Amino acid sequence: MYDYSDFDEAFVRARVAQFSQQVARRIDGSLTEDEFRPLRLMNGLYLQLHAYMLRVAIPYGTINPRQMRQLAMIADVYDKGYGHFTTRQNIQFNWPKLPDVPAILSALADVEMHAIQTSGNCVRNVTADHFAGAAADEIEDPRPVAELLRQWSTDHPEFQFLPRKFKIAITGSPNDRAVTRAHDIGLRMVRRDGAPGFEVIVGGGLGRTPMIGHVVRDFLPKADLLPYVEAILSVYNTLGRRDNKYKARIKITVHETGVAEITRMIEDRFAEIRPQFGGNDQTLLAEIEAAFAPPAFRNAPVADFDAARLIDPAFRAWADTNLAEHRNAQYAIVTISLKAHGETPGDASSDQMRLIADLAERYGHSEIRISHEQNVILPHVHKGDLPVLHAALLKGGLGTANVGLLSDMIVCPGMDYCALATARSIPVAQEIALRFKELQIEHDVGPLKIKISGCINACGHHHVGHIGILGLDRAGVENYQITLGGDGTETAVIGERAGPGFAYDEITPAIERLIVAYLALRLEPAETFLQTYRRTGLAPFKAALYDQADRNAA
Amino acid sequence: MTRAFTPKVVTANLLLDGEVVWLTEDDRWTRHHHEAELIEDEAHAQLRLLKGAAQKHLVVGVYLADARAGSIGPEPVHFRETFRTRGPSNYAHGKQVDHV
Repeated sequence: MYDYSDFDEAFVRARVAQFSQQVARRIDGSLTEDEFRPLRLMNGLYLQLHAYMLRVAIPYGTINPRQMRQLAMIADVYDKGYGHFTTRQNIQFNWPKLPDVPAILSALADVEMHAIQTSGNCVRNVTADHFAGAAADEIEDPRPVAELLRQWSTDHPEFQFLPRKFKIAITGSPNDRAVTRAHDIGLRMVRRDGAPGFEVIVGGGLGRTPMIGHVVRDFLPKADLLPYVEAILSVYNTLGRRDNKYKARIKITVHETGVAEITRMIEDRFAEIRPQFGGNDQTLLAEIEAAFAPPAFRNAPVADFDAARLIDPAFRAWADTNLAEHRNAQYAIVTISLKAHGETPGDASSDQMRLIADLAERYGHSEIRISHEQNVILPHVHKGDLPVLHAALLKGGLGTANVGLLSDMIVCPGMDYCALATARSIPVAQEIALRFKELQIEHDVGPLKIKISGCINACGHHHVGHIGILGLDRAGVENYQITLGGDGTETAVIGERAGPGFAYDEITPAIERLIVAYLALRLEPAETFLQTYRRTGLAPFKAALYDQADRNAA
Repeated sequence: MTRAFTPKVVTANLLLDGEVVWLTEDDRWTRHHHEAELIEDEAHAQLRLLKGAAQKHLVVGVYLADARAGSIGPEPVHFRETFRTRGPSNYAHGKQVDHV
């Protein structure tokens, strides 16, 4: 993976020193909160419901064992022994104290990490396919381009005060695991006449006005990427609305301007600035690409894997759900579920972080990824090592075999932590997961994405959940709306609202009725929930949700 | 017709660690909701809010929250404020540590 250059190191250290001074001045009263707030947000520090929250960037979700151990140390020394992995592939610490934040940032800098641009109206952490560099279906590893964008956007003088926050996602595979169509800019690598390039999607986003992005270029040569992204940001920075924060995202700009017109403006701006890019970006990209060279894969028998699959049903269940196809047939991509039933989705204890770091070193060529689905990936594990890896994961409480299944939910922190939330998310997820564990039908239900948000900002991506749950405040009580049929992949679509919301104690039974209806409706076990929904439409699911509820109320 | 004033407490987060606190009648910031001053007069509420907001070296994000009289002192009305009195649902962290 990419190692910081001397420039990166000096930049991050200078930023830590600067913010340390700012914290000191806030504490001694030299800075007011109004003056301090934008400064702390520029360094990823929020004030939440019960405490401060520090959001640390994990660029394109790539992290090494040394960094993971440092996160564990921070969790132990400065927090409460755990961290929360987010849909932007970041990690959040929920309980830091203000005077400790400079020391935390310094500890992060020691392992080439930071919290810069994890908040504010700037380009946020660039996210990427969590199987990048390993997936069998990949055209090219998207991470070098993501790293180039990170370096370009960090403290970019023109783009530090955009109309609103700006999110970029990249996938190098035709199967979109990065939700590119729901980002301000989505980049999907494609080939034309053998040459790699990008399909460029602009104006997607969730939140109070969910929209699927529009393709503004169906093929952009790879060498043009940086000037083209700069052209998009430049047009948005000029046109984007600053008079109304709810209309400030680029999706609204695209909607109000029109796709054809904004495409023309982007192309015009691109033509203007393209000559200014003399090739330095490509020189830099070549250096970055060299840093992302694949590990030296070993050639060894996979008999232990085949034997374990035959004789150990627990291993077989885990292997069938948590492994993905690697480009090297002797290897597998391992997704470590952070969704043990009844636990908090996306949380890892410091002991679990250290275990993952150890296992990555021992069995995974020292590579770790964080997924936007709030799990941890070991992208390169030899199949012969999988039985022993699985045993170690089980011992550490990380062996849950549920990746892609019902309990593998994306869940925002909700009102248990977030100052913006209007209802809780975490206990809803815990209750649903425990209920279906009790029913023991999760594997029979098969692939299903439930996504839960605790407010309209949609950090839990509920709009693109096959089943989306949105928590709201209705007359002073928690209420949960259900959306159905959402999809965050290459066939992205926004889910359809099913009808009136459910009270807190009604939501799990409602989800159960949906699943029971699906099991009755599906034509065969291989027909997924989403396929069934697309075939039947909303009506039978709506009947399952509300007819029974009406009967109970009667 | 003006709306009836609903009783309030002044609440905020401590500057140093972000902990939720309430303003007491004798101008302290307390960790315990039931020790807060229950304010039943709108003009007085505005004065108390100003008093709290002026203490920028101690607290952040001062606001008035609905409350009602309880058996041992003020109780929160809205569920958000109830969560602020105890901490998150998923771990015994935050104020509920005192009660575990």
